[in-house]
This record gives sequence, structure tokens and C-alpha cells, in this order.
Amino acid sequence: MSAPLLDVQNLRVTFPTLQGPVEVVRGISFQVGRERVGIVGESGSGKSMTGRSILRLIRSPGTVTADRLRLGDTDILTASDRDMRAIRGRRISMVMQDPKFSLNPVMTIGAQIGEALTVHQKLPRQAVRRRVHEMLEAVRIRDPERVFGLYPHEVSGGMGQRVMIAMMLIPEPDLLIADEPTSALDVSVRAQVLQIIDDLVTRKGMGLIFISHDLNLVSRFCDRILVMYAGEIVEQCRASELGKATHPYTRGLLASVPRLNETRAELPVLDRSAWSVA
Amino acid sequence: MNALQIRNLSVSYGDTRVVDTVSINVVRGESFALVGESGSGKSTVLKAVAGLAPQWTGEISVFGQPRSKGIDRAFASRGQMVFQDPYGSLHPRQTVDATLSEPLAIHGLGGQDARVQEIMAAVGLDRRFRFRLPHQLSGGQRQRVAIARALMLEPKLLLLDEPTSALDVSVQAEILNLLKRLRREKGLSYLLVTHDLPVVSFLCDRLAVMREGKIVETNTVDALKRGRMTNDYSRELIEKSALTTSA
Amino acid sequence: MTTVDWLLADSPSSRMQARLGRWYRIFRALLRNPLAVIGGIIVLALIVIAAFAPMIATHSPIAGSLSERLMPPDAQHWMGTDELGRDIWSRIVYGARITLAIVALVAVLAAPVGLLIGAISGYFGGWTDRILMGITDIFLSMPKLILALAFVAALGPGIENAIIAIAITSWPAYARIARAETLTFRNSEFIQAVQLQGASATRVIVRHILPLCSSSMIIRVTLDMAGIILTAAGLGFLGLGAQPPLPEWGAMISRGRTFILDQWWVATMPGFAIVIVSLGFCFLGDGLRDVLDPKQGGKR
Repeated sequence: MSAPLLDVQNLRVTFPTLQGPVEVVRGISFQVGRERVGIVGESGSGKSMTGRSILRLIRSPGTVTADRLRLGDTDILTASDRDMRAIRGRRISMVMQDPKFSLNPVMTIGAQIGEALTVHQKLPRQAVRRRVHEMLEAVRIRDPERVFGLYPHEVSGGMGQRVMIAMMLIPEPDLLIADEPTSALDVSVRAQVLQIIDDLVTRKGMGLIFISHDLNLVSRFCDRILVMYAGEIVEQCRASELGKATHPYTRGLLASVPRLNETRAELPVLDRSAWSVA
Repeated sequence: MNALQIRNLSVSYGDTRVVDTVSINVVRGESFALVGESGSGKSTVLKAVAGLAPQWTGEISVFGQPRSKGIDRAFASRGQMVFQDPYGSLHPRQTVDATLSEPLAIHGLGGQDARVQEIMAAVGLDRRFRFRLPHQLSGGQRQRVAIARALMLEPKLLLLDEPTSALDVSVQAEILNLLKRLRREKGLSYLLVTHDLPVVSFLCDRLAVMREGKIVETNTVDALKRGRMTNDYSRELIEKSALTTSA
Repeated sequence: MTTVDWLLADSPSSRMQARLGRWYRIFRALLRNPLAVIGGIIVLALIVIAAFAPMIATHSPIAGSLSERLMPPDAQHWMGTDELGRDIWSRIVYGARITLAIVALVAVLAAPVGLLIGAISGYFGGWTDRILMGITDIFLSMPKLILALAFVAALGPGIENAIIAIAITSWPAYARIARAETLTFRNSEFIQAVQLQGASATRVIVRHILPLCSSSMIIRVTLDMAGIILTAAGLGFLGLGAQPPLPEWGAMISRGRTFILDQWWVATMPGFAIVIVSLGFCFLGDGLRDVLDPKQGGKR
């Protein structure tokens, strides 16, 4: 494997509560190269916190510590806020779950995508416009000219999510973090959005961290899978070898999903006491 | 007698008709699914039956009794609804105990204490959760409370609006098992609205596929499992579902 | 098991314990906010002083000796004396009773009325909403003090009428807030769920909507206390509130005005009292907002 894009060693995220500090991410380590890595886990597993801490988006009173948290040769832990702003978008982008909350409602889509570009580099207006058009075409928006002038509430959820992706990818970052990018979308649109992310990531040779609760979806879409439970990585494997997963949690998760031709009278339920480290 | 009979139901919001001459029969004891994408009108059908979408035309009858348009006190003990979002469907300042006692208090029924304990046991909630507030519960526990609340008045028809789509998969399995067991034990009939075909495959007997306010196909779940759905759109939906969700 | 563990228990075993636990959490959160603590201490001090006024006051608030008129602050008269030789410290101490009574009565009269009108208006919508909010807007569109003045002029001067006048002028703001809050809950699923169980509108409003509006109402009322005290003082200053010889702070300032250049303490001391108590309520209100705000409340 080439030199890793992102190198995380012993990452911890802690929040204080009345009953003492609670660790939501408990010392996880992983590396991401120019590949597609899926982080899978259920709510409360710390998967989203992991994604956010890479961008230093954990709000006070939460604290992030790590032995190492590097993006290429930049140390994210010690970078100034100013450096972080340059990193966000330019080198790492994040696609969130619901485009409704991530798009500015009073700016046209064209202007928002354009801004994502001009924040990081000075370009003449014509060039910006051309790049935005190309990007909208790249996310398979059929009529970029029209969509350019629309406001976020005038487009559907699927279109909004594609706009989000366009916005995140236009500065050509090295790493894209996608946090449940399709769970707010309909099944029919889901496949298409995934396809678009996949295309762009492969074509531009980016790294991708795909955060999701859906093990099967991730296994089909990523090269490598990290399974998180209670703030720890309990299993790492190649996506193609998910069937050979050994950890009871991973196996339990796989088994508990109903199938299209379901014949079991009862779905197996996770017995958390079997492996929880208390 | 049918648990639920819907004939030529149409619902319009302003000039747009979101549900267009839909007819469904849910036989007593049956679990029936309404499947479709968002905007297909499937949730609106459910709301019309519950009384939350009063501007409808057509006929709805529950266990032989015609349904009036608005919210109806007598209907409360015949049919109840379980909502999609366990975070939004519980009163944030009321304990589990208060939430579960409320239906009994509304209808002036006694023996609240015993009944609350009994129903909590039935939906698999430990006794120590009784005086917790919703924010002290996990998503799955909240959904159990919501199901328990719907069962307090002992209705025989449950309207389920995507009851597991907001839950984690392992929790979804628990809730699906619970719904299956309750149906068997209490002789319930379900009308389930979902976009998740594997859930239908596990929990239901028959399904109707909706698109743009109309039912395009009504078939048995057996046909769904064997890939014998006849309508093109139904097949398309199954295909796409297989691409992105479960194996 | 200690009391604290019992209060913070994740699985309370009775309604009582659940409720006490919630209060305790709010209390702990308040203690972490220094301004709220200062505000709380001031308000608590006001209550204590009002309750034990006869023990705290060094002189009679009403009787004075003319031989000691307009004395500057010294060891015997901590805040000096006024033009009738009355001890200002003792008058301020007794004045706390009047201030507290005004504040409490206005809160008791105005807040529930505003809350109820707002909730009804928001829940039913339509014509009910238009009529109720129309009335509310008429009240809101007039300056508070002027409206209170008009009422006092009509009812006659006096402390009771001042309280009624202030209450009448302060409910519309609460109605507006309650309505806005109700609108956000009205179509939520937990309200629909109770409706589906056959609950009457009265029951939904009283048992399910009002409790949700109450925390923002408590915050707002606490923040408004300062305004109420100032309005009461304003009425007193204009001679329309408490009548002599009652030691009302606004009226005291009004009388001290004549001597402000030579005997500064006569007007300044009650002025300090008003400023400190108003600030106390503001701090407490701000702290309560941080703690009770529903957006954060769920996480604690």
C-alpha cells in the first residue's frame, strides 16, 4: 500500500457528564489510503464522532486526543484553526446525511457550489461558472443551466444530495468523508447517488471514508470495512471477505437483517452480553 | 369480517391528489403492507384511516364500522397507530409510566398500575424503565414504549408507519420479532407502511405497491419472495431494493 | 447509596424520584453557571430580607424623628435618613416586601393567563387564533408604562391597582411566546398520538402542551421581573403606585429627587436596591434559559 493519506493512532473522543467523563471513541487506530474504507456501526458506536474528529468538528466540551492524527504530512491535532479551515473542503470534504440541513436555504445552488470553489482559490467568474457546470454534469444533473439558478427547497432530496456531493467534490479534496449519505433518500435514488460517489472517487483517485449503519451496503461499496462497537473497532476486514467475519457482533449484525425472501420465523437478536467489555 | 376495508379512498391537498381511488381489504388477523417510495401516498392512506388526514372521500370501515372523517373517540379502542420516529412520538417531559397511563385515564379506565406493568412485560420492557423519561431510553426502547401505548386500549388493528426505519438493524430485528409475536398472541391485524421490502417479507402476508397515489399491484408476500410480482414498477422497486439494502 | 446517587439514578423507582431527579439535575446545572448563582443569591437575599424585615431593619420604616432629618450615612443610620428623619436602610428592607409582592402577584396573575390564551390560540388556529391574537396585538402595540398609567388613572392610585395594571399589560407578551411554542408542538407525533387515543382538546392543551411551554415561560417571567420592578418603581415615582408612607422604592426615589444634589443618598440608595434586584432577576433568568432551554434539556 502507498503512503497512507490519513493516519490515525489511538484516537479518543471524550465528553464530560454529571457522572464523570464518557469516552465515545476509545482509542481506535486505522489508516486510509487512496481507497474506499467503510466504517460500520450502530447508533452510539462512535462512527460519526470518528468522522467529525478527523475534521476537528467536535464541539466543546467534547475533547479529542490521539497519539497521531495526520493527513499526509499535516498534523491535524496541532493545526491552527486557520490551517483547519484550509484543510476542510480543500483536502478533506464531508457529505452529511440530510442535504436539507446542510445547504444554505437563501443561496442559489450555483452560487453555493461556486463559493465552495472560490473560498480556496481565486478564479475568474467565467471559470467558476464553467467548473460548476462541469461538476453538476458530473453528478448527473441533466439540466445544469436550470439547476444552477434554483434554491435548495426547489429540488428533491436526491437532487439535493447530489448537489451536496458536487459542492464537496468541486475543490478536488484528497479525502471524502461521507456520513450516511444515502439514508435520507429513497431506494431508487440511493443506488444512483452511490454510483456517482463511486465514479468520482475512482476517477479522481481520492480516498473515501464511508460511514454507515448498513453492513451490506458498505460491503458492496467499499474495499475495506471497519466495524465499530461501543467506541472501538471490533473487526477489520476486506469487504469481499465479510462473510468470513469472526467477531460475534459482526456476525450478529449480518444475521439480524431480514432478507427479501425471508423464511426464518424469528430474526436472531444480538446478545450484547456475549462480548461487551463492560 | 374484514379488519379494515377501504373503498375508493381519495385524498387531495389543494389541487394535488395524493391518494387516488385506493381500495384495500385487510382480513382479520392479517398483516398487510403498503409499499412505495416517498411521495407515493402510502403514509397518507394510513393517516386517513387514523383520522389525521380528514379531507378524504370514499369509504373506510374498521371491523365493519364505518369510519368518520376526523379523530374519533370510539375508534381509539379499535385501531391505533405506531409512528415512524420514536424520538418524536413520545412526549419529551413524560415518563414511560405517564405515557402509558394516559390512554386509560382518557377513557376513564381503572387498574392503571397493573395494566401498565402487564403491557410493559408484554413488549419486553424491564420494570426499571417505568419512571424514565424518553431521553433516558434508547431508540429501540422508545419504540417499545410507543407500541405499548398503542396497545393500552386493546385495539385489534394496528397502523404501523415505518415502525423500524429509524432504528439500528439489530434493534430492528428485536422490534420486528416483537411485532410478529404480539400479532400472534393478541390476534392483531396490521396495516404496515414501509419502503423496506425485506421487512415486508418478514412481517406480512400480502402487500400493495403504490405509485403516485395509485395502487399498481396487490399481491401475496409469497409472490414477492418468489419473484412473481407482475407489475413492471413493482419489479423495478424490488431490483433497486436488492441493490442497496440487504443481501 | 447516597442521596446524590438516588437523585441521579438512571432507573427511578417512583414518580417522585423521577421528578426530584430532574430538579436536582437542573439545580446542578444552574450551580455551574456563575452569573446564575449570583442572580440566585440576590433573589434569595431579597426573599429572606422580605420575610425577616422586622429583624433586619434597625429602625421603624414609617416613624422618624424630625431632628434627625437628612442625615448622611453613618454608624447609626447605615444609609442615612430622609427628609422626615426616617432610616433609609429600614425603609429599603421593608420595601423589599412590597417589591416581592408586586413581582409575585404579577407573575401569578399574568403568566398563567398569557400561557393559556397563547396555547388555546396556537392549538386551535383559524378564527380563534385571529381573534385572540388580535386582542393580544392591541395590548402589545401600546407602551407598557403608558397603558399601566391609563389603568391606574382609571382605577385610582394604590399598590393593588398598580399590580393589576402591570399584570394587564404584561400577559400579551406571554401569550405570544406560548402561541409560538404551541405551534411547534401542535403537529408533532406525540400530540397526534394522544389525539388518536381520543383525548379532548382541553386535555391535550392542559396535560400535554402547557407543561412544554412552561419552562420557556419561567425563563421569560424571570427575565421580565426586572421590567416589572422598574414599571412598579416608575408608577411609584409618578405617585400612582404605592402611596405614602409605604416604603416603595420608586416612590422613595421620587421624594429624594428634590435633594439629589445636596443629600444624594436619599434618592441613590433605593436606586441601588432597584438596580441590584433587577440585575439579580436578569442573571437568574439567563441562567435558567441556559439550563431549561428545551434544545439542551433533553441531553442532561
